[in-house]
Amino acid sequence: MTQARTMTDGGYNFAYLDEQTKRMIRRAILKAVAIPGHQVPFGSREMPLPYGWGTGGIQVTASIIGLADVLKVIDQGADDTTNAVSIRRFFARTAGVATTEAMADATIIQTRHRIPETALRDDQIIVYQVPIPEPLRWLEPREAETRKMHGLADYGVMHVKLYEDIATYGHIETSYDYPVLVNGRYLTAPSPIPKFDNPKMHEMAALQLFGAGREKRIYAIPPYTRVESLDFEDHPFAVQTWEARCAICGAEDSFLDEVITDDHGGSMFVCSDTDHCGRRVADGHRGDGE
Amino acid sequence: MTDAAPQDAPLLSARGITHSYGARIGCRDIAFDLWPGEVLGVVGESGSGKTTLLNCLSAQMMPSSGKLTYRLRTGDQADVYALTEAERRMLMRTDWGFVHQNPRDGLRMGVSAGANVGERLMAVGARHYGAIRDQVTDWLGRVEMDLDRIDDLPSQFSGGMQQRVQIARNLVSGPRLVFMDEPTGGLDVSVQARLLDLLRGLTNDLGLSAVIVTHDLAVARLLSHRLMVMRRGEVVEQGLTDQVLDDPQHAYTQLLVSSVLQT
Repeated sequence: MTQARTMTDGGYNFAYLDEQTKRMIRRAILKAVAIPGHQVPFGSREMPLPYGWGTGGIQVTASIIGLADVLKVIDQGADDTTNAVSIRRFFARTAGVATTEAMADATIIQTRHRIPETALRDDQIIVYQVPIPEPLRWLEPREAETRKMHGLADYGVMHVKLYEDIATYGHIETSYDYPVLVNGRYLTAPSPIPKFDNPKMHEMAALQLFGAGREKRIYAIPPYTRVESLDFEDHPFAVQTWEARCAICGAEDSFLDEVITDDHGGSMFVCSDTDHCGRRVADGHRGDGE
Repeated sequence: MTDAAPQDAPLLSARGITHSYGARIGCRDIAFDLWPGEVLGVVGESGSGKTTLLNCLSAQMMPSSGKLTYRLRTGDQADVYALTEAERRMLMRTDWGFVHQNPRDGLRMGVSAGANVGERLMAVGARHYGAIRDQVTDWLGRVEMDLDRIDDLPSQFSGGMQQRVQIARNLVSGPRLVFMDEPTGGLDVSVQARLLDLLRGLTNDLGLSAVIVTHDLAVARLLSHRLMVMRRGEVVEQGLTDQVLDDPQHAYTQLLVSSVLQT
């Protein structure tokens, strides 16, 4: 699975970005780590892929990656989707680093929409690709006002959103990008991961970095930091559950994707984390499907 | 009465409130005391500085000069213009209310009536959905809203209903002082009458203090105990409402009073 270090694309600086840019981004990251959950502006660069495909995450990864690092990239939990494959190849070419699909081997994991099922270690860093870093954006369109709200920890309006969910659906319907309070202070968008993954952010051993390229923001959650998902006392936070098991590996405790198998309404549920699923199959676990 | 403490100090005390937009005067040298339970009406023609004054009094705008003192629940006197932004916001959402002329300015149009009314409660830390819901229901009932509309968006309401939601949204936190900018502006007369009835009932029952800006003398007569008449940014006459309206002293007030159809 792990690809050894390969040739470097000689036309670019190591990891594509020039050293001054990396330095600027590292300063933003340091500040972000110092103020957990606070969005730090940075001079986001044009990257050779469109906004929304992970320009923020790529810049963060490019700034922290070194020759000894082993990179894993996942998209919706999978290692083999277009976005993940392209970004992995990008760093293999421009930095010549080793890449992997195995959680155990990776030192940097860049992710979109998922946190791996396997618990992260304290020698790993997870980099999230973030489309909208501002959790208050849909409630308050003015940037100057949302900054002031963060400054004053004026977050009542976020509960208005959750109230609205309960009033409309009878329960908190928000199922991804579920707002969290980091270290008891800053309201933070966990990027569009399912709320299933929110509990994994709490006291995570690994450093969590978030990059939003179009919105030009970086934020971070240092290792072992308190991350609470907002809720009401009588409507506590709860994660998704499934009645099905993974059709391939039989897992009951992982995040499942429903895959349409034919046009007669047939479908099956499989783990969204392909590495996790594959490892379970290798260990002899089997599902009912196939 | 919301306050059992000795009421020997005014609730709100304004001295020398002056605001100018460049060379143009918004309001000049306004001074008054507002006592607990008192409703002060501010009347005057368009452009006389009523809204500027109201924005200054409610600290939504910093006047060019002047001093505003507010007596907190603790009994301490607060210099409103010297408060920090955080303290001022806290005051705005607990002790004060602001009813805009256009309910769209005072409501969140994207969320339901219930969420609008509940926002202040959540902003000060209420985290029990059932309890918030009960209070919201109670207040929507008090402003005579149909309770089955609680989950509808304000944009689906008539102007009069929006205005009532806005009033409930402001009163839910049990404020002691409410600012109102033409609360019945833009409503037809029958809806106006019911809204005025409602407001009068609420101010009487709750012992609210209020500053009401209006150009409608009938509204002023119905709601306010005391009246300030403004013209070109200055107060030309003030006194008890009936006194000012029945026996106007200043030429402008006389003109204003005589401009209204007498029945």
